[in-house]
Amino acid sequence: MTYIKPTFRHPGLKKNKVGYVRADYEGAISTLCAGCGHDSISGAIVQACFEMSVEPHRLAKLSGIGCSSKTPTYFLSNSHGFNSVHGRMPSVTTGANMANRDLIYLGVSGDGDTASIGMGQFVHAVRRNLNMAYIVMNNGCYGLTKGQDSATTDFGSISKSSGLNDSFQAIDLVGMALELGATFVGRSFSGDKDQLVPMIKAAMSHPGFAFIDCISPCVTFNNNKGSTKSYQFVRDHQEATSTIDFVPHEEEITVDYEAGTSTSVALHDGSKIHLDKLSPNWDPTDRYSAVMRLQEAKLTGDILTGLLYIDPKSRGLHDLMKTSKRPLNSLQEEDLCPGSAALEGINAGFR
Amino acid sequence: MDIINDMVVRFANVNGTGSASANNMFAKTIFRMGIPVSPKNIFPSNIQGLPTWYEVRINKDGYLGRRTGIDLLVGVNPQSLKKDIASVKSGGYFVYDSTRKLHAEFIREDINYIGIPMMKLSMEHYQVPRLQQLFKNIIYVGALVALLDIEMKVIKNIVDEQFAKKPKLIPNNYKALDLGYDFAKANYECPLKYRLERMDGVGDSILIEGNEATGLGAIYGGATVMAWYPITPSTSVAKGFETHCKKLRVDADGRKNYAFVQAEDELAAMGMVIGATWNGSRAFTATSGPGVSLMSEFIGLAYFAEIPVTLVNVQRGGPSTGMPTRTQQPDIISTIYASHGDTKHISLFPSTPTECFEMMADCLDLADRFQTPVMMISDLDLGMNSHMCPPLKWDDTRKYDRGKVYDAEDLERIKEFGRYLDVDDDGICYRTIPGTHPTKGSFFTRGTSRDEYAKYTEDGDTYVRVVNRLLKKWETAKSYVPIPEVTEAKEKTDMGIIFFGTTRYSALEAMDLFEKEGIYLDALRIKAVPFNQTVEDFINSHEQIFVIEQNRDGQMRSVLMNELDADPKKLTAILNYDGMPITAATIMERIGQHLPALV
Repeated sequence: MTYIKPTFRHPGLKKNKVGYVRADYEGAISTLCAGCGHDSISGAIVQACFEMSVEPHRLAKLSGIGCSSKTPTYFLSNSHGFNSVHGRMPSVTTGANMANRDLIYLGVSGDGDTASIGMGQFVHAVRRNLNMAYIVMNNGCYGLTKGQDSATTDFGSISKSSGLNDSFQAIDLVGMALELGATFVGRSFSGDKDQLVPMIKAAMSHPGFAFIDCISPCVTFNNNKGSTKSYQFVRDHQEATSTIDFVPHEEEITVDYEAGTSTSVALHDGSKIHLDKLSPNWDPTDRYSAVMRLQEAKLTGDILTGLLYIDPKSRGLHDLMKTSKRPLNSLQEEDLCPGSAALEGINAGFR
Repeated sequence: MDIINDMVVRFANVNGTGSASANNMFAKTIFRMGIPVSPKNIFPSNIQGLPTWYEVRINKDGYLGRRTGIDLLVGVNPQSLKKDIASVKSGGYFVYDSTRKLHAEFIREDINYIGIPMMKLSMEHYQVPRLQQLFKNIIYVGALVALLDIEMKVIKNIVDEQFAKKPKLIPNNYKALDLGYDFAKANYECPLKYRLERMDGVGDSILIEGNEATGLGAIYGGATVMAWYPITPSTSVAKGFETHCKKLRVDADGRKNYAFVQAEDELAAMGMVIGATWNGSRAFTATSGPGVSLMSEFIGLAYFAEIPVTLVNVQRGGPSTGMPTRTQQPDIISTIYASHGDTKHISLFPSTPTECFEMMADCLDLADRFQTPVMMISDLDLGMNSHMCPPLKWDDTRKYDRGKVYDAEDLERIKEFGRYLDVDDDGICYRTIPGTHPTKGSFFTRGTSRDEYAKYTEDGDTYVRVVNRLLKKWETAKSYVPIPEVTEAKEKTDMGIIFFGTTRYSALEAMDLFEKEGIYLDALRIKAVPFNQTVEDFINSHEQIFVIEQNRDGQMRSVLMNELDADPKKLTAILNYDGMPITAATIMERIGQHLPALV
């Protein structure tokens, strides 16, 4: 096992538009178990940010508590990070976003962190349409406390430490987010980078709450036969709504897509999400069709992945609240303090 | 003999009947006549139908603490009639609605009854039932104008101002005042022996609720994010902030220079404050005891990860839901020491709305300077009642103290950045705000133990270094927090009183009254924790000290013992915790029990 990351960079490494190489988006060496799905998601985040030419310091990464929430240490070491308290990442991100509307906010959470202790905050971040990308690394168990079942453990699934779940139905975060009115809902799989990377790019470009439920097998406690969150099970049962491409606004679409089975969704900044090989009776901008498609997949025992729903007219929290276009944290005394003359008038009102 | 400008008037109403605005009008009129006045709402945790009282102390000498003994009571609530009549001081007056005859069981021989047919008059002159109810209140105020010799011109001016935007309502209000006035004049000898007389006792004072002043202090102090969850008695801090922001913080294009977020609960409210201040904004929350309990986990994170937080705790009666609409000082320990692990927080204790305003701005400075939670501990009495106080002042040359923050130039200049390096040897480190520099100054904020470079560690020595540095910060804070207010007795004495917050009003009154009896007490009003040298000196220079508080367990006394190692035998707790503001009489009676009998 490696403990030290080399800092040497080959001078010929490919640079992105803002002059960074891929390695500039990496973080510390992961201390998660070898083969953990979370590490693949970290890799996908690195790739997405590199390819999107995100300036690392213009992104803030926030998390709660748990294995998933440790990952922000493992990517984007030039970004400020915040490992908050269990289940409370959404509120910290809300405050951070209120202070500076100009950064990209990437929240990382787990199934325990979101579907149990943090359910309230998750729900309300959706309701506010907080402008952030929210990724749940969903392994169906509490890895850091040795594998107890979580609220997303499927009924009938077997795990190493909790055995057969014959008691409780799972909470489907994707279905819930759709019901709550989330403006961007996707599900992916840590083992499917082709799908996950463009989805993360699209999520970070979406002006509003972009939710990705990413199934991420726990190799130590929940990758066994009988588990519905194992690599094998997910590979066998994954069914995508479509393939997904993310096209930044300055790039031209070079691929030819077959008419009738593909569609494009334009985002506010001019970038486009291109979806190909569409599921029948499904339209990514129609919430109803997404809910129906999700229910159908449940009946057939499939794990529906891909972008499920996007509202291209989404407006983020700052627009809903009509806050200043200038980041609030950039305002100075002269913008904020009304001064003694105004206070005279206020005093007069209390006499 | 007439008693001029010295009385307690109480109104007994049913809540939700519009009595509050009539009663406020009464208090404001007296204030405008130049007479010191102190109104207090004694209200239920309910919207409509339960008993509510409004008590106004009028005192020419400027004593504004609560006083028991009601000289005149306006009783219009049948539910509480019996109790209300019993509460009138012997020789006092009971003003009631004589539309119905008062039953014989309600007659006391030692008080005077003044019947005004309020409902009858109202029904004769107003058609709409709701208006009949509302104007009934104005009618009794009109009667008081005659009975107490209030200047009608002043109260009518207030009516004009109040309805400036709905002038159609003015004549009806005038009429109601006149109805009550004329009836009282025609049927009773006016004025009564308790009466008012214009004086010059208020100067340039204002009459304002502490919570509204707190909200204004947050605006002047540069807060841009307020996150909160509704809870009595703190909600009006949020309302004050928002109302004044709408006037003071909106750009010409209608865009707001503030974010006002009603959170889903107190946990989220605190999380939002932490996120906002971490990201370089000034942010705060306002709550009460139960909210502080819920925020405690996050408060510990802010303490340990060193993130500025300003929290206003408007205290109410505890424990649990307790007495949500009664006043107490019961959260001293739970706020100063909020959260698990070794934590303690800078805390300020305002006594007046003026101090709410000033200290709120100070808290925002202190939070940035010390990168830690700073508590402003107020109470229901201060927050939700109007207090006569000096006008709010702002020094235009004042600059916000944003504390130690490295900007991009600093990061270029310095050799190395370590978020938790004690560069200046005062316990306070330099932080960076996200987005500052492309390659320098990023760090990982965490609630886990970490080293000087913000890297996770479980090394015991490093941990000890970090938490000891936090103590050093606490020491540094002693020279930054407001110094206590010391009032010396007229003669040298080895006895003293210590108090804080709203206890000030009655404590200073008791001190004066004691002095008239030849008992001398020096006084110290605590304004902040950590205690600075003045507090220690005061304790050391007195033999016997009475610590006056509004809680059961003498919590500030415990904090004094804990922080200063003060001798418990020296500190006697003088306590009142029935939910009503402490009175000078209570203080004197309880201190008196510890004094040697006077010869």
